[in-house]
Amino acid sequence: MDFLNALVALLNFVVIPATAYGAQLALGALAATLVYGVLRFSNFALGDTMAFGAAVVILFTWWFQSMGISFGPVPTAILALPFGIAAMSAVALLTDRTVYRYYRRVKAKPVIVVIASMGVMFIMAGITRMIIGVQEIQFADGQKFLIDPTAFRTATGLNEGLALRMTQAITVVTAGLVVWALFWFLNRTRTGKSMRAYSDNEDLALLSGINPERVVAITWIIASGLAVIAGTLYGLDKSYKAFNYFALLLPIFAAAVVGGLGNPLGAIAGGFLIAFSEIGLTYAWKKVASYILPESLMPDGLMQLLSTEYKFSVSFAILIIVLLFKPTGIFKGKAV
Amino acid sequence: MKKLMAATAACALFAGVAQAEDIKLGILYGFTGPIESLTKSMAAASEAAMEEVNASGEFLDGTKVSSVRGDSTCTDAAVATTAAQKMVTSDKVSGILGGDCSGVTIAVLTNVAIPNGMVMISPSATSPALSTLDSKGLFFRTAPSDAREGEVAADIMIEHGVKTAALTYSNSDYGKGLAEAIAKSFEAKGGKITANIAHEDGKADYSAEVASLASAGGDILIVAGYVDQGGSGILRAAVDSGAFSKFELPGGMISDTLTKNVPNGLNGSFGQVPGNDSPGLKTLGEMSGGKFDVSSPYTPESYDAAALMLLAMQAAKSTKPADYSKKIMEIANAPGEKIEPGELGKALKLIKEGKDIDYVGASNVELVPPGESAGNYREIEVKDNKIETVKYR
Repeated sequence: MDFLNALVALLNFVVIPATAYGAQLALGALAATLVYGVLRFSNFALGDTMAFGAAVVILFTWWFQSMGISFGPVPTAILALPFGIAAMSAVALLTDRTVYRYYRRVKAKPVIVVIASMGVMFIMAGITRMIIGVQEIQFADGQKFLIDPTAFRTATGLNEGLALRMTQAITVVTAGLVVWALFWFLNRTRTGKSMRAYSDNEDLALLSGINPERVVAITWIIASGLAVIAGTLYGLDKSYKAFNYFALLLPIFAAAVVGGLGNPLGAIAGGFLIAFSEIGLTYAWKKVASYILPESLMPDGLMQLLSTEYKFSVSFAILIIVLLFKPTGIFKGKAV
Repeated sequence: MKKLMAATAACALFAGVAQAEDIKLGILYGFTGPIESLTKSMAAASEAAMEEVNASGEFLDGTKVSSVRGDSTCTDAAVATTAAQKMVTSDKVSGILGGDCSGVTIAVLTNVAIPNGMVMISPSATSPALSTLDSKGLFFRTAPSDAREGEVAADIMIEHGVKTAALTYSNSDYGKGLAEAIAKSFEAKGGKITANIAHEDGKADYSAEVASLASAGGDILIVAGYVDQGGSGILRAAVDSGAFSKFELPGGMISDTLTKNVPNGLNGSFGQVPGNDSPGLKTLGEMSGGKFDVSSPYTPESYDAAALMLLAMQAAKSTKPADYSKKIMEIANAPGEKIEPGELGKALKLIKEGKDIDYVGASNVELVPPGESAGNYREIEVKDNKIETVKYR
C-alpha cells in the first residue's frame, strides 16, 4: 500500500507533468532543430511564433465557441489548430520572402541571420500583443479530467490522488502523432529526403537538382506547424500569456542543443531530458520518501535539491555542461 | 450650500467675537508617487471632517481649523521628513495626519514627530513594524496592522478545525509580511505550518511550486498572493493536481475575478478581506458631495483620522499634542454615545457637556494598544462558485 502511494505521488507530481511538459518542449525543439538543420541559424523568433500561432488558434477557438461548435470532450482548440498552422505558415513564408531570403542570397554569416531573427521576434511579439493583449487567457474547454484526483482516491482507497487532465493526455497523444508523421515524412517521402540531403550538404544537393527554395519553403511550413502545435498545447495545458513563450526559448534551445542541433531524434530526447531534470531537481521528495523510507531514516527537510525559483537555471546548467563536454549533443548533431 | 454658508458666516462672526486662536493640521500624504491615485480622495475626506467641525462652531470656543498639505511621496523618506519638518517648524501645526505609506511614516515618526513631541494619526500605514516601534504615545493609526489580518486568518482556520497548513506567498513586501504574520499567529494558536514557500508572480505554470507544497502536506493551503497574479495560478495548479482541496485566501486574493480564474475548485474555501458594513460608511458617502470617494481605499480612515484628532482636542480642551494625545484612545473606544460621520458637531457639544462619546466613524474605529485600529474584516466563504460573506469580525 505504501509503495503504491509513493508510486501514485510520483506519477502525479513528477512523471505526468514532466511527460506533458517534455512533449511540448520536444515539439518546440524539433521546430528549432529543423530550421537550424536546413537554414543553418538559430531562430530566435521561435518563441513568439508559438505565441502568435497560439493566439490565432485562440481567436478561432472563440469563433467556433460563439457558433456553438465543439469537439466533445476534446478542447475546441484542437479543431482550430489547422487554421493556426495555415496562418503561421503564411506568416513564416512572408517573413522568409521579406527578411531571410536576402541574407541567404548574400550568404550572410549565421550570426547575422540570428540577429535578423531577433528583429523578427520583436515585431512578432508586438503584433501578438496588439492582437490578443498581454493578459492571461484560459481557453481549454471540454472535459477537464480523464482521471479525477478525488474520484481516484475514493475508488482506490489510497491516500494519494492521481490527476490526469485531458490537456495532458492530448498533449502526449498529439506530440506522438506529429513526431511519427514527421519521421515518416523525412525518411519515406521524396521531399523529406531532399530536405535531409539539403541539410547534409547544400552544394551536393543543388548539383543533384534539388530546388533550394522549395526545400526552404517546406521547412518553414513544417517548423511553423510544429511551433503552433507546441504553443497551443502549452497554452492549453498551462495558460496562455504572450510573454511566457519568450521565456520558453531557453529550455527549448537547451533541449535542441542537448540532443544535438539538427538532429530530430535528439530534439525529442533533449525535450524530455530537460523537462524531467527541471521537475525532478526542484521537486520536494519528502512525500514519496515518507511512504518508502522507514521512519527512523526520514529527514526533517523537504528533500528538495533546488528551490522552484531556480527551475530555469536547470536548463542553463545542462546547456553549459553539454557545450563544455559534448558540444555536438547526445545524438550527434552539428557543433554550435 | 446656503445652509453651509450661513453656518460658516455665523461661525466666522462667532470666532471673531470670541477672538479664538485658529489652528492648523498637517496633511502628509503622498500626493505624488505610487499611491497618488488614492491620496486626492484621502486628503479631501480629511478636510471634510475639518470643515464639518468648523461649520458646527462648537470646537474649543469657536476655534477654526485649517489644513496644510505636504507631500510624503510614499517612498522618499528624505522628502517626507522635510515636508513634516516644515509643517512643525514654520506652519506650526497642532498635529499631523499621515503619513500614508509605512516606510515614510516610520521615517517621519522617528525623525520629526517624536523629537518634536508631535502627534501623528495615519490612515493607511499597515506595517506590523509600527506596532512595536516606541512612539512615546504620539502615533496612532485608523488602519489595522497586517499582523491583525494574520490573527484573523489564524482564528478562521482554527474555527474550521485546521491543524496543519502549507503556506505560499507572493514574493513581494506585501506577501512576505502577511505570510510572516499568518504563520506566527497560526503557530501561536497551536497550528503547524508545514512549508513556507515563495512564488514569483507572472509565470505560466505553478505545478512545481504546488508539487513542493503538496509534498510538505497540510489540511489546507494558504495563498498570500495577488488574485490577478501568481495567486490564481497556484490555486489552479493545486486544484488540477488534487494536491489541496481547501484554501485560506487573504485580502489580496478576494475579488470578483477569483472564481472566474479558478472555476469550481474553491468551494468550501474561506478567507478574509478588510471591510465593514457600518452605517457610517454609507452616511459618509452621502456627505461626500463628489469631493471624495468612500469606496477608494483608506478614504474613510482619512476622515476618521482627522475627526479623531479634533475630538480629542475638544476633550483635552487643548490643542497641544502632549495634552490631547492622551485622549485619543478614550474618544475612539467605548463607553459613550456612538458618533458617526456627520455628527461631529453633536459630538463636540456632548464632550463640552462632559459626556462620554465613542467615535465609530466611517471605518468602525476601535483602537487597540499601542493605538491602532483593531481592524474590521469580512470573513468570506466560497459557496457554489461564489464568494459569500459569512460575518464581519
